[in-house]
Amino acid sequence: MATITVREALKDAIAEEMRADKDVFILGEEVAEYQGAYKVTQGLLQEFGDKRVIDTPITEHGFAGLAIGAAISGLKPICEFMTFNFAMQAIDQIINSAAKTYYMSGGQINCPIVFRGPNGSAARVGAQHSQCYASWYSHIPGLKVIAPYTASDAKGLLKTAIKDPNPVIFLENELMYGRSFEIDDEAEEYIPFGKAKIVREGTDVTITAFSIQVGNALLAAEKLAEEGISAEVIDLRSLRPLDEETILDSVKKTNRLVTVEEGWGFASISSSIVSLVVAKAFDYLDAEIIMITGKDIPMPYAHNLEKLTVPQIDDIVGACKKVCYR
Amino acid sequence: MNKKELLTYYREMLLIRRFEEKSGQLYGMGLIAGFCHLYIGQEAIVVGMKHAMRKSDSAVTSYRDHGHILAGGMDPKYVMAELMGRGTGCSKGKGGSMHMFDLKNNFWGGHGIVGAQVPIGTGIAFTNKYKENGDVCVTYFGDGAVHQGQVYESFNMASLWKLPVLYIIENNIYSMGTSVERHSCRTDLYKFGESFLIPGKRVDGMDIFAVKEAGEEALKYIRSGKGPMILEMVTYRYRGHSMSDPGNYRSKEEVNKMRDNHDPIENLKEILIKKKFASEEDLKNIDKEIRAEVEEAVEFSKNSSEPDPKELYTDIYK
Repeated sequence: MATITVREALKDAIAEEMRADKDVFILGEEVAEYQGAYKVTQGLLQEFGDKRVIDTPITEHGFAGLAIGAAISGLKPICEFMTFNFAMQAIDQIINSAAKTYYMSGGQINCPIVFRGPNGSAARVGAQHSQCYASWYSHIPGLKVIAPYTASDAKGLLKTAIKDPNPVIFLENELMYGRSFEIDDEAEEYIPFGKAKIVREGTDVTITAFSIQVGNALLAAEKLAEEGISAEVIDLRSLRPLDEETILDSVKKTNRLVTVEEGWGFASISSSIVSLVVAKAFDYLDAEIIMITGKDIPMPYAHNLEKLTVPQIDDIVGACKKVCYR
Repeated sequence: MNKKELLTYYREMLLIRRFEEKSGQLYGMGLIAGFCHLYIGQEAIVVGMKHAMRKSDSAVTSYRDHGHILAGGMDPKYVMAELMGRGTGCSKGKGGSMHMFDLKNNFWGGHGIVGAQVPIGTGIAFTNKYKENGDVCVTYFGDGAVHQGQVYESFNMASLWKLPVLYIIENNIYSMGTSVERHSCRTDLYKFGESFLIPGKRVDGMDIFAVKEAGEEALKYIRSGKGPMILEMVTYRYRGHSMSDPGNYRSKEEVNKMRDNHDPIENLKEILIKKKFASEEDLKNIDKEIRAEVEEAVEFSKNSSEPDPKELYTDIYK
């Protein structure tokens, strides 16, 4: 079966949407001449020219605001952050301008823009370059937040994001770009937001995860199967809107839940899922819920400490066994 | 300068003045709430620029936006209704004083974070260039916003990419309560674009003719593809920064001196009379008409209901 990397899938999504709509353009640091800091935009300058593939100065607050101005006035920008760590410079524009203008203007002015780039733990880059922003953006009404795992999902969801008339935060992962996946011929061209995907069916415990941690959850499920525990793995894909129904249906079936997330646990995606399940499926629970999250510390540099900080397969296995009283 | 033009300027400036005076009163009566930043004293800038711009040019500004949206052509009824938090307001009562928009007249708001409108205006100019429509985005900000980092980030990109944006610094001397001498390492704000190769010019913002002339020149320069320009319009706001500002940082004499000697509306009034374009009586009648128009806006707003609670969850996603 043919495979494709996440990097290629993302590039294909951008190129296809740029071919289809001349108002779509991409800007960001090193997206053009350098061909992308992580090579996601490789070849786009050659195909679309420098009017639509634009190298910006290192000026996140400024170019995010500029892109928002372009979006509200009729264009469809794809605003690449070299990583989401640097988007903190721009977070005022993302929240106060992009997310709120539609509401503040009484529905007059919408902001069709995609903010995308790598998010989450990278490898050995320390506290300022290794952090998950999923919960930060998911907190905000007016934003949509997407975090794909497979290459086909990355493509189909990014195409939907570019077509969406609202601001979309599209969280990629540096460690995933080079990973190959079999091309999913069944995948929709435009994957709708708000739909999680059950990537492994099971009966004993539900594991929710997104982005790179879906891979860990699947590997954990395999290990658990060897011990006779059948885990159901849900790839959330879309964090805002969140597919509450799929999560609740699964928990009602398995009666147990373990959430996995790289970000800090306090006020996290996981804690929102826990509150959802406690509110709407409390009577179905047969055990405590365990949240496997990043440790509550700035990311350390040393290899061993870094590994201790980020959720590992064995952490997930251990949590699932615990809620299954094994 | 013909009679009709001058009378139009007079009428438009006076509408903003009377509208804002009424807003101040209604605030005192509790009919307008929250932050409310009045434009009184600065009217010549938006009206002068309106007559320098072409209809398809756009404008964007900060939270001191009532004058801008009125000059842009929005019916005062809908502005007042917005201030009073009514469902008939120009933002359906969801925006308030600081968040007004008028897409029909290319007015892009109404932004509450100091300086945030500067990259946004630069981005609207980016769209103009991308679509090659020849329009300019006039991006207003105050002397206080001059020190925000995103302003310089915008200057750099606008100059680098030759974007059709006119930056207008409305220097009303006070960044909230801090005078320009106390907040800026230099007070010739029009020179703040120098290191970005953006030409700048200082203009008497209390003189509508100076504003219009400088605006026309700048827009011509920008439309020719030469990139952005900065106009520092020196002006003065008679009222506090917002309604909650008692103004202890400046003397009454200072305010009165500006009002008595440099008022843009009084200055134009003198010219109208001197040129025999209008008599005192004519101008009184105009004032009456405008007061009636403002009163009508107030009545309209008072008679409008608050937004339907069903609107709480609308306009979040398109």
